[in-house]
Amino acid sequence: MPDRLTIVVVEKDRERALLIVESLRASGDHDIHVIGDEAGLARAISSRDPDLVLIDIASPSRDVLEELTLASAPMERPVAMFVDESDDALTRAAIQAGVSAYVVDGLRPARIKPIIDAAIARFQMFQQMRTELVATRRALEERKIIDRAKGLLMKAKGIDEDAAYALLRRAAMDQGRRVADVAEAIVTAAGLLS
Amino acid sequence: MSGTPLSAGFIPLVDAAPLVIAREIGFAEEEGIALSLVRAPSWSTLRDMVAFGQVDAAHMLSPVPVATALGLGGLGVRLDAVAVMSVNGNVIGVSQALAGRLRAAGHDFGFRDAVAAGRALVGAAGPGLRIGVPFPFSMHAELLYCWLGALGLRVPEEIDVRTVPPPLMARALAADEIDAFCVGEPWGSIAVEEGIGELLLPGTAIWAFAPEKVLAVRHDWSRSEPELAARLVRALWRAARWLTAPGTLSTASEVLARPEYLDMSAEVVERAMTGRLSIAPQGELRSVRRFLEFHDGAAGFPWRSYGDWIAARLAARTGLDRAAARAAGKRVFRTDLYRAALVPVGADLPGASEKVLGAIRVPTAVASPKGSLILQPDAFFDRSIFDPDTVG
Repeated sequence: MPDRLTIVVVEKDRERALLIVESLRASGDHDIHVIGDEAGLARAISSRDPDLVLIDIASPSRDVLEELTLASAPMERPVAMFVDESDDALTRAAIQAGVSAYVVDGLRPARIKPIIDAAIARFQMFQQMRTELVATRRALEERKIIDRAKGLLMKAKGIDEDAAYALLRRAAMDQGRRVADVAEAIVTAAGLLS
Repeated sequence: MSGTPLSAGFIPLVDAAPLVIAREIGFAEEEGIALSLVRAPSWSTLRDMVAFGQVDAAHMLSPVPVATALGLGGLGVRLDAVAVMSVNGNVIGVSQALAGRLRAAGHDFGFRDAVAAGRALVGAAGPGLRIGVPFPFSMHAELLYCWLGALGLRVPEEIDVRTVPPPLMARALAADEIDAFCVGEPWGSIAVEEGIGELLLPGTAIWAFAPEKVLAVRHDWSRSEPELAARLVRALWRAARWLTAPGTLSTASEVLARPEYLDMSAEVVERAMTGRLSIAPQGELRSVRRFLEFHDGAAGFPWRSYGDWIAARLAARTGLDRAAARAAGKRVFRTDLYRAALVPVGADLPGASEKVLGAIRVPTAVASPKGSLILQPDAFFDRSIFDPDTVG
């Protein structure tokens, strides 16, 4: 389910933590973890691999999160959010801009819903970008394999590039497979035979 | 207090002194500024407070505005370093257990020789040395990479540099989460006072003149309020000059120690101010020249080469394009604004805006309008040189 977020709440005060968890539950079905001890925080957070970290702005440990957001690729940064006055539109805009840390009003339960909504919006945007990125990468990979298969055919049969590609395409059509799959079979076979 | 209201954020550290003194001794007021100081809980929060306009200016780790310019962390809001607020002031400390091993291996804790201390540390700690720093973008981290890299470790891979908020540094050391730390005062001395750590080396032993904190403002703000920015730079410059006058350090330490600023013992604050540090719980003393410098040797001058050096190092570690990063880093340091603010009051400033870093071994007179300017030694421990004219 794309809307399900893994959320880590860093909060020493047990009662406050419970209130926050309660309001998070009210805003959706999320995977929520509370960390009460700031010692070893970086490891504790990264082992959860969260989409979102909530921490009080008054905590010096926010700087530890800065390290975490840098350790991951920009696309996979957890959204860390903090306490202060601000309006929801600004929150949403900053989060969508890919800001890894943003200041919002209080870890007050009433304020949590818009944050979560904004985080979900960003989460979905990132998922879409990730999917697109994967597709682009795959296309590039396939391109490379087709080029190699063409090269192998050109060498083996003494034909030019266009003829090699035509041969690949015909084989793919005959077998009802994708050109990239046929090319991959050729490259694999050539690797085994060499 | 009357004047134009201006707010500045600070982190409770000894090197926030110029801002605190500018307010408390009246240098801000002299410039017609009603300066309010806001204590921030963390560097990232303070950076974002400036970016959001919650404060006009901030005490900032010198690499932070450069990192922001390179898109590393932050809100993408361009920041200017309009002055260097302090030079040097960091210490490297080790856990009691590690200090014991270092002593057993014959290290003398001379607090001077970075090669001897570094080799001893690497030898005693073994691979995967874990070192706490306050922030990923900090002179602390840069000094460590410089130091251990020049001693033959592959950096950053072979050391484990971890972000630990300074107030939690001693605790992290006690809990064996880190073996060592590089931190600004008073936190090194506090680890010593608590009997948890010993100091191995001052930052000056690695780089004799390292730009530690800057006064950072939003680029938009320095453009829309150039006159107010100039007044703030002047107030800070006067405060820094006051701090180098004889007999002011005890007063300054008392002021900084107050609950609204550092909220700790003035005696501990004074150690950094005077460069006389207790390096071990048994009370061994070491004196360090220019342990923390606010004014001498044009300490406040925001050499563009600082931004260049920081950007070159960040780019090398993060895989960014070096030339583009260096150009962006240079733009952060605003020698132009600094000059515009201080020439009218007769400050003797360098004629150049860039300098080779690491080339000065003895106090050296340099070209300046009045001819009275002497730059202080700025050598790196391994005698390396950073030349802004080199490309890439």
